[in-house]
Amino acid sequence: MDDILFLSRLQFAITTIYHFFFVPLTIGLGLFIAILETIAYRSGNSEDEKVSRFWGRLFLLNFAAGVVTGIVQEFQFGMNWSEYSSFVGDVFGVPLAIEALLAFFVESTFLGLWIFGRTVLPKAAHLACIWLVFAGSCLSALWILVANSFMQNPVGYVFNNGRAEMTDFLALVTNPYFLHQFPHVISASICTGAFFVLGISAWKIYQRANDSALFEKSFKLALFIGLIGAAAVAFSGHLQGQSVAKLQPMKLAAMENLKETADPAPLSILPGIEMPAMLSVMVYNKPSGEVKGMDDLQKAFENRYGPGNYVPPVWIAYFSFRAMVICSLAMMFFISYGIIWFVYLRKNMHRKILLLMVFGISLPYLANTAGWLIAETGRQPWIVYSLMPTDKAVSVGVSSGSVIFSLAAFSTIYIVLAVITFLLMRREIFRGCVDKKITKKQSAITAV
Amino acid sequence: MSLEILWFVLIAVLWAGFFFLEGFDFGVGILQFFLGKNERERGTYIFAISPHWDGNEAWLLTAGGAIFAAFPLWYATFFSALYLPFVILLLALIARGVCFEIRHRADFPAARLACDIVLAVGSFLPALLVGVAMANLAIGIPIENGNFTGTFFDLIRPSALFGGVLGFFLFLTNGALFLTLKIEGELQLRAFKFSKTIIVPTVILFAIATALTFNASMLCLVSFALILCAAIFAYKRYLKAAFILVALCTACSVAALFCAMFPNVLVSSVSPEHSLTIWNAASSAYTLKLMSIVAAIFVPIVLAYQTWSYYVFRKRISPRNANVEV
Repeated sequence: MDDILFLSRLQFAITTIYHFFFVPLTIGLGLFIAILETIAYRSGNSEDEKVSRFWGRLFLLNFAAGVVTGIVQEFQFGMNWSEYSSFVGDVFGVPLAIEALLAFFVESTFLGLWIFGRTVLPKAAHLACIWLVFAGSCLSALWILVANSFMQNPVGYVFNNGRAEMTDFLALVTNPYFLHQFPHVISASICTGAFFVLGISAWKIYQRANDSALFEKSFKLALFIGLIGAAAVAFSGHLQGQSVAKLQPMKLAAMENLKETADPAPLSILPGIEMPAMLSVMVYNKPSGEVKGMDDLQKAFENRYGPGNYVPPVWIAYFSFRAMVICSLAMMFFISYGIIWFVYLRKNMHRKILLLMVFGISLPYLANTAGWLIAETGRQPWIVYSLMPTDKAVSVGVSSGSVIFSLAAFSTIYIVLAVITFLLMRREIFRGCVDKKITKKQSAITAV
Repeated sequence: MSLEILWFVLIAVLWAGFFFLEGFDFGVGILQFFLGKNERERGTYIFAISPHWDGNEAWLLTAGGAIFAAFPLWYATFFSALYLPFVILLLALIARGVCFEIRHRADFPAARLACDIVLAVGSFLPALLVGVAMANLAIGIPIENGNFTGTFFDLIRPSALFGGVLGFFLFLTNGALFLTLKIEGELQLRAFKFSKTIIVPTVILFAIATALTFNASMLCLVSFALILCAAIFAYKRYLKAAFILVALCTACSVAALFCAMFPNVLVSSVSPEHSLTIWNAASSAYTLKLMSIVAAIFVPIVLAYQTWSYYVFRKRISPRNANVEV
């Protein structure tokens, strides 16, 4: 029983983290391409179109990987977590079904129309297709986050017939956890798209590739989108932190490794280094206010739900939070540097910074993964916060041998998929968007 | 009509949609490998479904999601009981979906051939497995108190496998007829010849199925009649009519299966009291009502734009215009 719980959790973690490598880029790059295509549509400039097609090819590789790994997500609730599914399906199944009906059909149908309809459809209709794909991917994120928010902060239900039954759909979609999580995820996705474009464009400019002039526009556009994204991700993250403090104080305490309740509460920068009263400032916007520690919260949980360990794995939440913040600060550095230096001062970029920006592609990916690790491990030991413990949720009728098989099989095929996707993306990047007709133009960002 | 029955019907409709659309999709995925003599020809066949396969697969996800929302206990029991078949189904769908995207980017002929093989296998396995899964719903599997108590071999008994084979032949017929309507020239002729060959064993399999289950439902007889008419039309070269009849036959077969189950949604082979029914597996009235409103608004919209996408790509395909440059 412990075996199967561990294996199922491992499988869910691997498949979900992996799936979420592709999702934010689908949203972020989708937005970027939609904007670029709109520019190309309005200007009628064939160079703009060439660049947007280049990004489109990378988008499709990423999208394919996202779609196929998404199918696993939809089915494994029933396959591995059947006790959970039958307990909360009345509530949780609804956003999932709505996601399929509202988002998957839109995304898949209009993506097909966008890919193959370039010569068949009127230009405006073709442009509308990519905006619909973007809208579909946002809708998909919206409904899956409504579902996730129910796990984090169950609302709009009543305990009836031995299960959770929905009583208020409106409460479900206005769940405060969701209202704070959704903007954070979308802005993080926009950052992911921006940094992907920035990194690749920087590489092209660094290489002085013969199509590098074409990438300068992308570079500039991505800087602006990234600026909005990075500001929004920090602001929405701050609000989400305050909402977590209210809704899941144990998660916050774990993120800060705060053992004892404190007023004012210090913020831990790294183990051993603290800023006095800073955590209170972050939570209450003033240098005082009580933040509960894990010991007190554990006692409170025991009083309410009986003996047990209610402390989530602290080190994961603690270090993930720091990793997320550090990545976010690094992203802000790149964006501000790029905007001030390149856009405002109109100066050439340092070659070393350009090269660093290529590695900067990894920053949003690290931050996204760290963010989900906090959200999901910080909720433990609950699968539905304060309603259902994770160890009661796993499928009873499935043998651990079956889960070992599926875990091995999914991991293998995912590794193969990652290698193929990476190699094909790399090749598309090297090929770039050079067309014989384009003459090499003098680059405005010729490196120093 | 109660909401439970409404949702039982709606889920049958979603499965029928999936069986029909993804049916020719799977069929084409398998056939491209056997009908296409070289890489270019195989590519032409694949191109017939390239814009559509993903949208077709959304029917499976929606059918799954609808079961989850409307009958959580059914979803939980069905998917965990058929754990291994679903793992294989998912692996096949992953491999297949990726191949659509990477095939035309592959530089080496060997890589493209590998993609074609994976596409064929990745279409064959789901084509077989969805039939097995659906047959298991009606035949019954060992479940007690909502948990599967059997082994993998309880899921692949001859009667369930027969369901898989039946589905497989139906999908192949469907795919061949779809290609005769979508492709032109020499490749179309080949698909047409194959559809005449494959429809004969399909009719025979339907005859056997009808003979075995005649008492259960008149719909089986109707399905048989439809596939027989489809065969006659195919031989008389009324291809559109044959294709439509195969679609109707698919819908009718799903209807027959669901009628045979009713009011059960998952039969327990241990004892009838452990069977899941639309009454004991259903969501609350509130959830069902809400989902009914959502479905009433959005299913017609989905149908409209999906139909439109088929209309946009109505032009027949030949190796000349099967160009996948993005």
